[in-house]
Amino acid sequence: MIAENQAAVAKRLMVTSSPHIHSGLTTARVMWDVNIALIPVLAMAIYNFRFYALTVILATVAGACIAEFAIQKFFFKSKTTLRDGSAIVTGILLALCLPPSIPAWIAFTGGFIAIAFGKQVYGGLGQNIFNPAHIGRAILLASWPLYMTSWIKPGVDAVSTATPLAFLKESLTNNSLLTTLSESGKTIIEHTMQTLNISFSDMFLGIGLAGSIGETSKIAVLIGALFLFIRGHIRLYAPVSMILTVFLGAYFVGNSINFAIFHLLAGGLMLGAFFMVTDMVTSPMSRRGNVLFGIGCGIITLLIRLKGGYPEGVCYSILIMNAFVPLIDKMFAPPKFGTGGNK
Amino acid sequence: MLTPKTFSGGLHPPSIKATADKPIIALPLPDRVILHVSQHKGAPAKTILKIADKVACGDKIAIAGGFVSAPVHASIAGTIIGAGNFMHPMGVPSHAVVIERDKEANMTEYNYEDGLTLTPDEIRQRIQDSGVVGLGGATFPTHVKLTTNETSKLDTVILNGAECEPALTTDHRMMLEHPDEIINGLRLVMKVLNVKNGIIAIENNKMNAIELFDQKLAGDKEIAVQPLITKYPQGGEKQLIAACLKREIPSGKLPLDVGVVVINVTSAAYISYGVNYKMPLMERTVTLAGNCVKNPGNYLVRLGTTVADFIGMTGGLKDDVPLKKIIMGGPMMGFGLFDLNVPIIKGTGGILCWDENEAAMPDSTNCLRCGNCERACPMGLQPQLIKKYVDHRNWEDAFRLSVMDCIECGCCAYTCPAVLPLVQNMKLAKHMIHQQSIKDRKK
Repeated sequence: MIAENQAAVAKRLMVTSSPHIHSGLTTARVMWDVNIALIPVLAMAIYNFRFYALTVILATVAGACIAEFAIQKFFFKSKTTLRDGSAIVTGILLALCLPPSIPAWIAFTGGFIAIAFGKQVYGGLGQNIFNPAHIGRAILLASWPLYMTSWIKPGVDAVSTATPLAFLKESLTNNSLLTTLSESGKTIIEHTMQTLNISFSDMFLGIGLAGSIGETSKIAVLIGALFLFIRGHIRLYAPVSMILTVFLGAYFVGNSINFAIFHLLAGGLMLGAFFMVTDMVTSPMSRRGNVLFGIGCGIITLLIRLKGGYPEGVCYSILIMNAFVPLIDKMFAPPKFGTGGNK
Repeated sequence: MLTPKTFSGGLHPPSIKATADKPIIALPLPDRVILHVSQHKGAPAKTILKIADKVACGDKIAIAGGFVSAPVHASIAGTIIGAGNFMHPMGVPSHAVVIERDKEANMTEYNYEDGLTLTPDEIRQRIQDSGVVGLGGATFPTHVKLTTNETSKLDTVILNGAECEPALTTDHRMMLEHPDEIINGLRLVMKVLNVKNGIIAIENNKMNAIELFDQKLAGDKEIAVQPLITKYPQGGEKQLIAACLKREIPSGKLPLDVGVVVINVTSAAYISYGVNYKMPLMERTVTLAGNCVKNPGNYLVRLGTTVADFIGMTGGLKDDVPLKKIIMGGPMMGFGLFDLNVPIIKGTGGILCWDENEAAMPDSTNCLRCGNCERACPMGLQPQLIKKYVDHRNWEDAFRLSVMDCIECGCCAYTCPAVLPLVQNMKLAKHMIHQQSIKDRKK
């Protein structure tokens, strides 16, 4: 019998509202899984850009973590959430979209800004409207444009060069070059790839290619994305619709399949589509909302790449579309049970 | 076997039905029972006896306090030794009658009479007198479901054998051990409602029950056995009807409005006892599970037995595993107890005695806006948005987002990576809106 020590038993009892069990999928689990998914990208980045990549990654992560810790500890005076790994995710993602040659102190500042102005000003994790890593990158681009647009070739000797997208943009504005090319019958894509000495498979694998630390190797991004998909942390509606929009848009604008493939493999499209667009906090919730969000990101990316002042538009397209997420969520509320609609 | 069906939304909590193969064991009579007058949805029953009155087993001690109400019967023979406010399992004191057992008293005998030869009105009256309510946990008085002027609208009676709550196995055991009574109960209900289409819906994690009913009902033209793809909360009335018939009950409406009556399988068995033997509802099957109990299993126990006595009669708690949490009901929808002297009531399907590990929950963080709750919600609500309104005590907007449609199944909170108390918020909003509407009515 348990009668004799009932009072003692009752005192120990935990009383909570239902449900009394949980799936075990917590914020920390999600964030650490994202960190794990980023390992292939990090490995390719360090393989390509060696010490440069390592320095930048460590600097941004340090900046992000220090900002997270300091603001929560001294400003909010609350429990710090460093352990959930979300600051590390932001730090790594920021590093992945920075040029490898950027000085460590700028990278550190970027990491700090990403957390301070991209996340903590809104009230911390889950409250931010914009992707924190991209906020960091946008501020760095506005503050140190020269450092943010100098690129180096992979390898130890750090020869400076242009990214495929920057080279394409420059060529497109060079009228005399365009005339020569059209006379010789060579497409602009062939010209770009021959001059930079790269092939489509190089662009896919990320070999011998200039660019941001994490954007060069598409295969590494896809492996990470596959891991997140299998773990159920990302859904593919938004990334696939963004990539398809860019691909189809480039195909119709350039009227050539090579032009479309080039836009697919160049720049940060894959990295942005699979790791930034899928950010739970700053993307819509519904399936249809995600498709619309992805299409919007794709259109703005293409617009900036083809018509805008920058060679690459993934970062700004995602930031712009982030602002529309509350509206999109309002548009596509789930159908209520009993109203005839089925999910 | 028919093709399994299911509903949209919902999720798959781990199946922890460890007691599924434990036959129902009838426990000895307790020395004392506490019988609450409020063991069902609707008006509390009204006591008709006073202290020191002698009662026989099965005597009515309280009559229905209205149409949507049910009588309460003495579950043991003895003397009424107390009446007044006692702690109800739901955590509030409420009126109850205490009976002390007379050890010399004879067992009441019940004689069989074929209920199917009675008229529909007689059957309904006997169901009402027997005090049967929804034994799946909702405890809605059964006779109310069977009283309608619009029988022409009705075309189907569904027996709910989904038992989707992880850890509970009482309905499963009832189906395996009392299939004939369950089928008879269904036939009685179909006769009352003059309905020719009966469905026994069982989740396909209980294949032995599906096979047993398939075998018993082979060639039957009126009753079909419908397997369901295992998913939580399939046993919710609305989800069950959507799964079986693809009909959705509109907000604020009843199964009747889509032509269906849903009855729990255990209720069906007690309908059969109540009509054929005039035996009132005095006992029920309860699953006892959890790491802290010595003998987990399915037990037939008298209503009003205290949780402490119940656990004691089954062999008690393990000495070396400290108790952390006691849940009355299932892990998804049951409620935590803080007092072991509360009685087992008509809606009690399980008692779970959990240790530290079983009761452990991760810490809460901020909402990540991941949308898991929206995707899991079987009612198509937006729990994260409703929670925001509740945080701001904005009941109007919570109401606008149909918080009143919430069935409190717990899917949202179960799947929330931020481990937010979403169900608690919904319950609070529903309570506040309910209070407000009562106030408005008084004006």
